[in-house]
Amino acid sequence: MTAKDIRAMLTAQLGRIAPDIDTSRIDPTLELREEFDIDSIDFLTLITALGKELSLDMPEADYGQMRSFDDLLAYLQARTA
Amino acid sequence: MSQFVMPSLGADMEDGKLVEQLIAPGEPVTRGDIIAAVETQKGVIEIEVFEDGFLDQWLVPLGTTVAVGTPIALIRSGDAPDPPDIPQPTDPFPAPPPPEAPQPAEPDQPPVSPEDPQLPPEQPAETPDELARVARQRITPAARRRAAQTGFDLSSLGDKDTISLGDLPDAPDNAAPKPLSAMRQAISAAMTRSKREIPHYYLADTIDLTAAESFIAVRNADLAPDARLVMGALYVRAVACAAQSFPEFNGSFDNDSFTPSTAVHVGMAINLRGGGLVAPALLDAATGDLADLMGRLRDLVGRVREGRFRARELSDPTITLTSLGDRGVSEITGVIFPPQVAIVGIGAADWHPRVVDGQVAARRVAHVTLAADHRVSDGHRGARFLRSIIDHLQHPETL
Repeated sequence: MTAKDIRAMLTAQLGRIAPDIDTSRIDPTLELREEFDIDSIDFLTLITALGKELSLDMPEADYGQMRSFDDLLAYLQARTA
Repeated sequence: MSQFVMPSLGADMEDGKLVEQLIAPGEPVTRGDIIAAVETQKGVIEIEVFEDGFLDQWLVPLGTTVAVGTPIALIRSGDAPDPPDIPQPTDPFPAPPPPEAPQPAEPDQPPVSPEDPQLPPEQPAETPDELARVARQRITPAARRRAAQTGFDLSSLGDKDTISLGDLPDAPDNAAPKPLSAMRQAISAAMTRSKREIPHYYLADTIDLTAAESFIAVRNADLAPDARLVMGALYVRAVACAAQSFPEFNGSFDNDSFTPSTAVHVGMAINLRGGGLVAPALLDAATGDLADLMGRLRDLVGRVREGRFRARELSDPTITLTSLGDRGVSEITGVIFPPQVAIVGIGAADWHPRVVDGQVAARRVAHVTLAADHRVSDGHRGARFLRSIIDHLQHPETL
């Protein structure tokens, strides 16, 4: 999957969980859960979906590297490269 | 033969619209089967049948709004029914979905059920155009909710095959004066009744969640995402365990008397995107292991996000938990949801200095509150109940 594909996939998954938030209007450097107003169960749903889609474990110990949209995107790209 | 009536799904519900008939006349039904879905201001609610038998006939056509208590179907008990004495169209309904069919994760997809049964010709169609439209059309949960919240008439969109959120006008500008939406009216009615009728008293304390957080971290370390626990599941279980030991906080107050409940159905105050909140129950929250509880919590939250509930989840909560998760403010004191008699509030956990074994240490601490009904209990017992919740959370292995 190219970097562009991963971005599109992440945007699509966030769109499922937070359909009322326009991804182009969020600040990708700020706390993802704040920007998309998602709770811990929504976040788990997102992580589950991303892990399945990309065949990644998405360990909880790595959540600290998934704080913002940009962090999460970089994390996914690094692990699927 | 018994009548199946439009159930009351909470003190604030006056009527409901029959939007899905999932069983055809002559089909067997078993207690607990979901036989219909009803649209209310809270969303689409799946209705269970309470006895074994056969569906004799529907008494209310699809798309009709009827008051709570109105008979909507006839259930025949015992053996297979006589052949219907009215001519049946062949296969009037597509096969209903299995009651536990997983719902689509995509909130804007149409509801999963093949819910477009053709209207049986023998049913009195008072407004044929409306009924034909309802029978044919798919309306996404988000669109239904927006329509309910804004009072928008979906029939004004004509007979499109699918109505989704984008087809509706935007929610009105917040600055403009506007009548309360149905959702806000329902919340207003329940909360006004609570403040009028229930003499609340309030208690507060703090919980050291350090042990609970590491319990979750250790447990989740080797688990796939869909098997992981969230702190909310521990909160629910702790409230349920404590409620079993302190029955005067778990039940309902009706007609000047309190009826304790043996089961603990913990209502979860869940915020809805787009406005409002609902507090459906996580049923039997004291039973099953934590993995089972977590699975049911995810299922419930997933369905709430799609605007779809089961009837018992709205009618049967015995106590409510309101938790702001880990992003909210530090403290919340709830308003009791009548006819319940208690609500537990847990704020967002944060780092606090605390004295542990004579030393100041940085610990994860959350504020916890109890609002309870003074007609049923007093502060002394309330304090013991709140301590019990705290003790369970500080010893997560007891959960």
